[in-house]
Amino acid sequence: MADVTPIKTPTEQALSAAYASARASLPGKGALAALREGAFRQFEARGLPHRRVEEWKYTDLRALMRDLPPLAPPPDAAAKAQAENAGNILAGVDCRRIVFVDGAFVAELSDLSPEPGLAVGSLAAALAKGDTLVTAHLGKTFETDDVAVALNTALMGDGAVIRVAAGAALKRPIHLVFAGSEKPSAAFVRSLIVVEKGAQAILIEDHDSGASQVNAALDLVVGDEAQVDYFKLTQAKALHVASLLASVGARARFNTFAFTRNARIVRNQCFVRFNGDHTRAGLRGVTLLRDKEHVDTTLLIDHAKGHCESREQFKSVLDDESHNVFQGKIVVEPHAQKTDAKMMTRALMLSDEAEADNKPELEIFADDVVCGHGATASALDPGLQFYLMSRGISGPEAEALLIQSFIGEAIEEIAHEGIRASLMQAALTWLTSRGK
Amino acid sequence: MSLLEIKNLHVEVEGKKILNGLNLTVEKGQVAAIMGPNGSGKSTLAYVLAGKPGYEVTEGEVKLDGESVLKMAPDERAAKGVFLAFQYPVEVPGVATMTFLRTALNAQRKSRGQGELSTPEFMKLVRDTSGKLGISQEHLRRAVNVGFSGGEKKRNEIMQMAVLQPRLAVLDETDSGLDIDALKVVADGVNRLRSPDRAMVVITHYQRLLNYIVPDVVHVMARGQVVKSGGKELALELEAKGYAQFTGEAA
Repeated sequence: MADVTPIKTPTEQALSAAYASARASLPGKGALAALREGAFRQFEARGLPHRRVEEWKYTDLRALMRDLPPLAPPPDAAAKAQAENAGNILAGVDCRRIVFVDGAFVAELSDLSPEPGLAVGSLAAALAKGDTLVTAHLGKTFETDDVAVALNTALMGDGAVIRVAAGAALKRPIHLVFAGSEKPSAAFVRSLIVVEKGAQAILIEDHDSGASQVNAALDLVVGDEAQVDYFKLTQAKALHVASLLASVGARARFNTFAFTRNARIVRNQCFVRFNGDHTRAGLRGVTLLRDKEHVDTTLLIDHAKGHCESREQFKSVLDDESHNVFQGKIVVEPHAQKTDAKMMTRALMLSDEAEADNKPELEIFADDVVCGHGATASALDPGLQFYLMSRGISGPEAEALLIQSFIGEAIEEIAHEGIRASLMQAALTWLTSRGK
Repeated sequence: MSLLEIKNLHVEVEGKKILNGLNLTVEKGQVAAIMGPNGSGKSTLAYVLAGKPGYEVTEGEVKLDGESVLKMAPDERAAKGVFLAFQYPVEVPGVATMTFLRTALNAQRKSRGQGELSTPEFMKLVRDTSGKLGISQEHLRRAVNVGFSGGEKKRNEIMQMAVLQPRLAVLDETDSGLDIDALKVVADGVNRLRSPDRAMVVITHYQRLLNYIVPDVVHVMARGQVVKSGGKELALELEAKGYAQFTGEAA
């Protein structure tokens, strides 16, 4: 069959038009402008990914992205005022709060108090002045031809640029709050975080997107011997696509945790490459779905160096007519001997109309490795429910306890006590609002 | 009034008739042993009393303190004082034993119109009970039955019974899978709970358990009915002669 160039959808045309009209005003010159241009060409050549593109089979972006709202204007006072409540999921945790509204950095809502070894700024400013951290790393942490990433690179407006200097241990977690207003708009946010050798940081990317359509991407560099815990929290009323592009050094400790609830259509993709040996990583997540919500978690874990250990554990709870997608690909490159990778994904189905698609993949090119994966999708065990009820626990309470324990197994892996408790509380809040 | 009164009970599981007009009365303070060959319906009786879904009562009546329990959900029966010690206790991943016990006890107390137990009261109750059964603090912190040995699971059942203080305790083959030392610990736990207000139905395949939990009466089940009742000496007789005399009888 001959290749056919499909007719561009209205959204694809709108994306091209948005780029054409914004190009002159988007920050960055020279190499950075060329980076945008190259990414845009990539999009133009391929269009939005659709169901015949293997990686997007279950999340047909061309069909799901029905329109492109106007690129978000700088936030007004009302939007900023609304952002004060965003990210309150971590209200009980002492964090450094850095706030973005409709994709734009808002200095007056952010905690910019100095801390030795920490530099925080906005991407728009860094691009405008051609900051060396940005020219050195942006778009280079994990090179991919993914179209969602390309679109982000072409249209990126603002985001966070953070550097944690070698050996520094941040006193507080950094809470990046991306608040969206209730006015439909499109935000292309891009962040760059470099945690240098031996440094320690807890980073939270928290999207409370409102009606704003978001395409987010994060370039994350985890240096040798660094310890990084990265959280991605998502709730959104409009389409939300986020990409983590991570390069992890040697002897590092790297943990990620994605928590998604009250989110209409989400694609969270993680591209992680081990670029040094003897690193240990844990990638985990919990997704809670109801109504017709659609959440897609797609991982590409590249064991490029040997002696690294990775654990992937993702759990989802599906109610009503919701749809969860998990695609996890682990690649073990030649010479990445002694790789130890285990991936597990479990879906708990609370409704007959819900759908869970699990697609684990292993591509192993080395011969001395331990790799495994497992995937389950099942309803609550009636035998367990009867056991709890026979002790006097009511049906609904037994069900809640079992769901809670299902979620709890993943959340308990979070090392930071305050964040762990906050996410558990948020999960309980979701549970108690079930069926109401 | 008898504590438990079962009249002409017929039960089907997946369309197959298991109990076939069973009659049984258990008095307050009594320990009643139920013995019988495999497939005689002993475990079905235990599940029907606890209210397990899928066990369809087609005829007959089960009364606790004169009140019919057949329409009650399992948790309502538990609140009325029914407790089943499972033959195969299930593992409940992610729910700590302490949380489980506390949720169960408070749910029962709430439905009986009693207040919740305070944390120190509850902790003391569980510590005392678990100590006597040789259950460690470590086990209490762990998820219910997860990674427990067969004997530990059975002791955990008896601990739950001791904490929940039921009116009617049904022990389904509590002796299966226990070595002699574990059997003694479990039997001691059961004997401590003997009381004039409480009845126990001890279901067992073998007479051995009844050396340690001495019954007041022994009922023999075969083909879904109680076919013979007697004193504790009946158990010895069964041990000597086997069940053939009952299974051989015409249906």
